[in-house]
Amino acid sequence: MFEKRFLDNVTDRKKRWNRDAQAVSTGKTRPRFITVSGEEIKDLYTPNDIAGLNYDEKIGFPGEYPYTRGVHHTMYRSRLWTMRQFSGMGTPKQTNERYHYLLNNGQTGLSVAFDLPTLMGYDSDHARSLGEVGKCGVAVDSLADMEIIFDGINLGNVSTSMTINAPASILLAMYMAVAEKQGVPFEKLRGTLQNDILKEYIAQKEWIYPPEPSIRLITDLMEFCTNHVPQWNTISISGYHIREAGSTAAQELAFTLADGFAYIEAAIRAGQDVDKFAPRLSFFFNAHQDFFEEIAKYRAARRIFARRMKEKFKAKQERSWLLRFHTQTAGCSLTAQQPENNIMRTAFEALSAVLGGTQSLHTNSMDETLALPSEKAVLIALRTQQIIAHETGVANTIDPLAGSYLVEAMTEKMEADAEAYLQEIEDRGGVLKCIEDGFFQREIANAAYRYQKEIEKKERIIVGINDYVMRDEKLEIPILKIDEQVEKDQCAFVKKVREDRDNDKVRRTLDDLVACAKGNGNTLKAILDCVRVYATEGEICDALRPVFGEYVEPPII
Amino acid sequence: MAEKIRVLLAKPGLDGHDRGVRVIAAAFRDAGFEVIYTGLRQTPEMIVSAAIQEDVDAIGVSILSGAHMTLFPAIRKLLDERQADDIVLFGGGIIPDEDIAALEKRGVARLFTPGATTEETIAFVREAVSKRGKKEDIM
Repeated sequence: MFEKRFLDNVTDRKKRWNRDAQAVSTGKTRPRFITVSGEEIKDLYTPNDIAGLNYDEKIGFPGEYPYTRGVHHTMYRSRLWTMRQFSGMGTPKQTNERYHYLLNNGQTGLSVAFDLPTLMGYDSDHARSLGEVGKCGVAVDSLADMEIIFDGINLGNVSTSMTINAPASILLAMYMAVAEKQGVPFEKLRGTLQNDILKEYIAQKEWIYPPEPSIRLITDLMEFCTNHVPQWNTISISGYHIREAGSTAAQELAFTLADGFAYIEAAIRAGQDVDKFAPRLSFFFNAHQDFFEEIAKYRAARRIFARRMKEKFKAKQERSWLLRFHTQTAGCSLTAQQPENNIMRTAFEALSAVLGGTQSLHTNSMDETLALPSEKAVLIALRTQQIIAHETGVANTIDPLAGSYLVEAMTEKMEADAEAYLQEIEDRGGVLKCIEDGFFQREIANAAYRYQKEIEKKERIIVGINDYVMRDEKLEIPILKIDEQVEKDQCAFVKKVREDRDNDKVRRTLDDLVACAKGNGNTLKAILDCVRVYATEGEICDALRPVFGEYVEPPII
Repeated sequence: MAEKIRVLLAKPGLDGHDRGVRVIAAAFRDAGFEVIYTGLRQTPEMIVSAAIQEDVDAIGVSILSGAHMTLFPAIRKLLDERQADDIVLFGGGIIPDEDIAALEKRGVARLFTPGATTEETIAFVREAVSKRGKKEDIM
């Protein structure tokens, strides 16, 4: 990037500077200078740190290969990121009210959080659902619940993200069935399914079936959407949960990309055209606290993805090369102590996501280590994004940190570290083999333990946790509680749905689904027929469980 | 020389957030405890049976789903029913203060919330288990 004479001169001056700096140094503010991921950071970065970087090949221009500077030519100057707060709790009716509240306050997309029984494919009245109904998200048993959740919201006018994985086909089918009832054609539906089962085995652990049939459900869904729901983002390949489980930034990046490439390979194997489905894949990253490290992560992600898509998977459409991503600030960085401080943590994390070129963003609420967020906390979180967008000026120019010696050097390092992991995963036999062997799970658990030890040894200061602690702190923020009545109401409602529907039709569609699953038909199409006649999520999963089997995690120490 | 403290770490309910329980497992092992980790989605019945079978001194339960008011009392009840009430029951997770107070009244020895250190957890288990030992001697 620079002429040799110039670099030599910088090298000499840096040596002198080092001597001078040591002479005037009065000590160290911390024992080691490391990132959140434990990477050593130098005191000063200079042109020498990016001397080998070829601008055209590695950095380039926004909207141009390799997209280090962003996936669009104009980025936030023509369109801000989507402000999308993930929410859902209690009954479908409560969730519907929260959505109207968020839309009325300027939120631009919906994002549905489901409760654990829904994520695991159990109806609310299943024995395993005891105590969990409506706790971490909204309870959905049948189409009747989805009708309530989206009551008064025209599905042709909003984009909706649904955080659902193992039963993703069922929830998408329900959403499509609601659209049918509203008279909105499938072609007009916009939104995203998480639908990323691989990271469930790796980190989040909400699975139902073993990997192979799970991947078939996903490739069926991809095929169906390519043909009928063309604007739908079929998989949101997620690093978020991997990071929350304790991984480093480079692990988050590498494991997520490895998962993405595994889906792409599976779809290609199933006979699909990469340029037809790849434009509908998107990513979901965590915005953790180490500001520059995170920005480097997003920039490196785009570069690695574009290169693989073009060179390895031979995608021809530019749209297939673009790594578009959603970001959520790091839940695991929040503290239960002095929870108001979480507003600041979230703001800095959100800023890194914006400087990293995110397409959509969820900012966590200050009270999330204590309970589901209250209305007030959610509003502050949303306002944080609006302040970044409209007041700070960071959205005025594209990729403003490009050219920073530090950020470019970190982007290079992040890319190299991720590539090394991708190679290791391949050498170990691929993603499924690594899941089976517990490779990812072990790497993540080790990183999480190291991080905890750094905090306990005070190598890492967390305000309010191991320093600046307030004794006898009194909590002064409102806490949202889910009424135990929710579970009772929801159980009664699903029972009533089962009584009121045409049970012959339900039986017939479920039998057809089983036949389809045993054969080669498209499972999403068969599931759509089941949900239209109000078969419940639990019934559909129970129909598939004997065909596909149930996943059991290999023991990992 | 006292025998090694044996602890069963368990995750009941449907949530899969096992970062905390794994960190605790690693820290307990480093502290010299014998650790048995049940894995995810254990029912109270499975947890109590495992604890009795493995003859543990303590059960540590991790819950981050909000189902703590249902699951801790269920485990406590089973322990009492099977005369295994000498096993120390403790836990951790996202649990509001008022719920902690209620659960500690209902026989959960201690609940750790986000920000707790592995050191305090280890110290707690050592003390709770040794106290319990003394009680047994007197009896």
